[in-house]
Amino acid sequence: MRPMHHWLRRVLVGACAAAVAASASAQQTIKIGDLSSYKAFPAFLDPYRKGWEMAVDEINSKGGVLGKKLEVIARDDGANPGEAVRVAEELVTREGVAMLTGTFLSNVGLAVANFAGQKKVVFLASEPLTDKITWENGNKYTFRLRASTYMQVAMLMPATVEAHKKRWALVYPNFEYGQAAAAAFKKLLKEKQPDVEFVTEQATPLGKVDAGAVAQAIDDAKPDGIFNVLFGGDLAKFVREGNTRGIFKNRTVVSLLSGEPEYLDPLKDEAPVGWIVTGYPWDKIKTKEHLAFVTAYQKRFNDYPRLGAVVGYVTMKSVAAAIAKAKSTDADHLAAAFKGLKLDGPFGPFYFRAIDHQSTMGAYVGKIALENGRGTMVDFSYVDGASVMPSDSEVRKLRPATD
Amino acid sequence: MTLNALLFQALNGLSSASGLFFVAVGLSLIFGVSRIINIAHGSLYMLGTYIAYSFATHVGGGLGFWGGIVATAVLVGLIGGLIEILLLRRIYRAPELFQLLATFALVLVINDATLAIWGPEDLFGPRAPGLRGAVELLGRHLPSYDLFLGALGPVVLVILHMILARTRFGRLVRAATQDREMLGALGVNQTLLFTSVFALGAALAGFGGALQVAREPANLATDLTALGDAFVVVVVGGMGSITGAYLAAVIIAEVKAICIGLGTVDFGLFSLNFSKLTLVAEFLVMAVVLIARPYGLLGRAQATVRTIAEPEEPIRPASSSLTASAAVVFALLLALPWLARSSPYLLVLGIDVLIAVIFAVSLHFIAGPGGMHSFGHAAYFGLGAYGAALLVKWCGATMGLALIAAPLVALFGALMFGWFSVRLSGVYLAMLTLAFAQIVWATVFQWEALTGGSNGVIGIWPPPPFDQANTYFWLTLVLAVGAVLSLRRLLFAPFGYAMRAGRDSALRAEAIGIDVKRVHWLAFAIAGAVGGVAGGLFAFAKGSISPETIHVGRSIDGLVMVLLGGIQTLTGPVVGATVFAVLQDTVMRQTEYWRALLGGIILLLVLAFPGGIVGAVMRLVGKARAS
Repeated sequence: MRPMHHWLRRVLVGACAAAVAASASAQQTIKIGDLSSYKAFPAFLDPYRKGWEMAVDEINSKGGVLGKKLEVIARDDGANPGEAVRVAEELVTREGVAMLTGTFLSNVGLAVANFAGQKKVVFLASEPLTDKITWENGNKYTFRLRASTYMQVAMLMPATVEAHKKRWALVYPNFEYGQAAAAAFKKLLKEKQPDVEFVTEQATPLGKVDAGAVAQAIDDAKPDGIFNVLFGGDLAKFVREGNTRGIFKNRTVVSLLSGEPEYLDPLKDEAPVGWIVTGYPWDKIKTKEHLAFVTAYQKRFNDYPRLGAVVGYVTMKSVAAAIAKAKSTDADHLAAAFKGLKLDGPFGPFYFRAIDHQSTMGAYVGKIALENGRGTMVDFSYVDGASVMPSDSEVRKLRPATD
Repeated sequence: MTLNALLFQALNGLSSASGLFFVAVGLSLIFGVSRIINIAHGSLYMLGTYIAYSFATHVGGGLGFWGGIVATAVLVGLIGGLIEILLLRRIYRAPELFQLLATFALVLVINDATLAIWGPEDLFGPRAPGLRGAVELLGRHLPSYDLFLGALGPVVLVILHMILARTRFGRLVRAATQDREMLGALGVNQTLLFTSVFALGAALAGFGGALQVAREPANLATDLTALGDAFVVVVVGGMGSITGAYLAAVIIAEVKAICIGLGTVDFGLFSLNFSKLTLVAEFLVMAVVLIARPYGLLGRAQATVRTIAEPEEPIRPASSSLTASAAVVFALLLALPWLARSSPYLLVLGIDVLIAVIFAVSLHFIAGPGGMHSFGHAAYFGLGAYGAALLVKWCGATMGLALIAAPLVALFGALMFGWFSVRLSGVYLAMLTLAFAQIVWATVFQWEALTGGSNGVIGIWPPPPFDQANTYFWLTLVLAVGAVLSLRRLLFAPFGYAMRAGRDSALRAEAIGIDVKRVHWLAFAIAGAVGGVAGGLFAFAKGSISPETIHVGRSIDGLVMVLLGGIQTLTGPVVGATVFAVLQDTVMRQTEYWRALLGGIILLLVLAFPGGIVGAVMRLVGKARAS
């Protein structure tokens, strides 16, 4: 009996010690639960992680928030909604996090946003772009950082209209993001240029584009302009096939996100010159805030920032600012604090709109060029997110009254 | 679309066909000889692209590119040989399909190893030296590398055909495909033959992957993509037939290319965007072929394999000690909401585990005692989940009604697909079930107006009092226990005996008057309905569902649970589902490399307990009793 007893006591003592330690650390830190598809989309989310790590260290070295240190508990969301909801529940019920951040894919973001609304937990959707998160399916507790699909398309509109091409071909990945982008493009362009014709639409399976056939089908439709929503590996394949087959010659190409280093850099010297894109020319933005960010990032990680790094960094800065403003981690106070929350990020000042919980952090719009054998953006300018939003009355029609 | 455009798309299709052929033919050879369904085949293909990328960029030039492709094939072949010697050789005697579990673990390990070596970013290789440009044809530009690939497929086909037809090695491979026991009895060194065939298959996968380096970036997701493609091609062409594999590759690639070429077509009343069909084109082709020609285009009926695994013990009613321990577990679970008051997450995990148990038990019902290895059981899980969720979304149904509807929708689907599936057996049945699951998945994905497309259905939360974790947990527990007990009861009813008789010897069962097909069909439908229960519970537990619920990953997870617990025992799936769900939950939190860790744990389990966890426990108990 004795050794058993001994063993049992040791376990009990250990458990008590652990419980005490846990409650002690709970008092000293504010926990934030981040869930993202770290495994499935590492090219974007690796820099994202680095970005928020840097932000958390900056915040904590200045004393944290409300006198407590910020602690981020990061989990993989498995890139699917069911898994993501389970992880979110785990973060909330087991880890006791004050709020949730992250997610990458649009459908995952939507599921977690719905969870947040149901369980009354504040959720800052950092990456997912679908308009539904802030509009059709918006709720009191969900906010979004990145410029939405609609905003990104609207940013490209002036240059598209200026090109004044009549026949357009569309190519997009066949899921929420691609479909929404294509629909927004057609709607906005038709408003500005009623005589426009959409001659072909290629909806390709995500990650599995048959680039040669798709490029050829677009060429055969004889468009004057091409609107592209492909990204990642799909984009690389499409660009190479399109270049070899000469389908981009004498055509205006408008493309979402292709100027982001995540997607532009793997193309190396084959970067498609002249495409009109949204993106992030990290080495050419000379504002004070941005230079400070890049210097700190390069010093810390010995690598240059991708857009994911900016998003991760600003995510945790926003979280800290909201908690400080709310003076509490209570969900209702936090949600109220996020509304109209003003911040200065590496891209300059922005705020979270009270009307639809969308941040006004913008993006850079420019043209792709080749410099020193790699792709970069030229003739670019920063487009403030607030400037491309539909009118408030339209937004009210899109978003159910949830609060 | 002009005739020239069509012709040109057909030419495009030929180069894709070669790519499909290279990855599929190795899988076909391996299966033919060793009867192993090598889930890691796509991983070997992916490794090929990565290794070739390293050669092409670090060595560079024509030597780095072209020499690199050859070197890659050799290297991947060596890796394949090592896998066979170190892992597979040890488990040939395990129950059929167990090798699948081992190779699944390899997929996880290889994926994380690739991540660790090459990093997370997509790596795009250089263009092929000497074939950078395009050839002008029909007024269009065809990349010369595509032309080269299109020609290389038939060349490799002819070479392989010559090897198989004219050499001693080829004769042995063909003999092993037909009757490997006889070959062993004739004194042929099977060990060497299995290793060399596995290495050859791996080398072909590596070669196929290496050739893609100039066309697409090396990417960590290609392993599963390539695997899916390879399976479809092999099954459509006929297992073990290399000419069939090429034919199937051409058909599938051409159907896809022409779908893309057609684009949106106006049919007067409605218009159809054919490019969206590429998601499902290959599975449509596969379903049609398997229904019309059950053994693929050029395949032959599988010779009955005299299994080298130990014969399966008949299942027995629960012993008194098992009943007692089950009662204790049930009582503990009933009390869990109180026990877990300090850590409420346990309940959330508990709900997940119970849903996994229902799913695994229903799959086991047909895969174990039924002998039908369904690779598409997620379809019925998904039909149940979507049936319940859509009823709530469109008709405002209550949760009770939705949970009743879930198994009914799944039952309907299982009756329909099962009718076709039970006509086949073995790997063909597995593949047809997979094809149906993929078709369901693609339909759900594409039919946005009804199903919400890629977003799925959100906001399906249980009403009070079930909005509390403890009440929902009890609900799940009651349904799970009900499912386990009723399926178990069925197995000991005459129906269950008839089903097992049909599995063990269809011929003899028919002879004593059992309509084997009908019994198996009904069993398939019952399993589907129970899977639907799990799906319905899942929808309300998560508050949302999306097409991922139906994806092939869930089907494979189900098989892993069943195999992990032990396919030959009745408690196996319960234990396997619990262990797998808990492992996934804990391991995912532990390390960034959770895939490799999970894979490593499964590999250890596979090597240590070839009969599954419960099988190992039973053997231990048996030994203790004997001594």
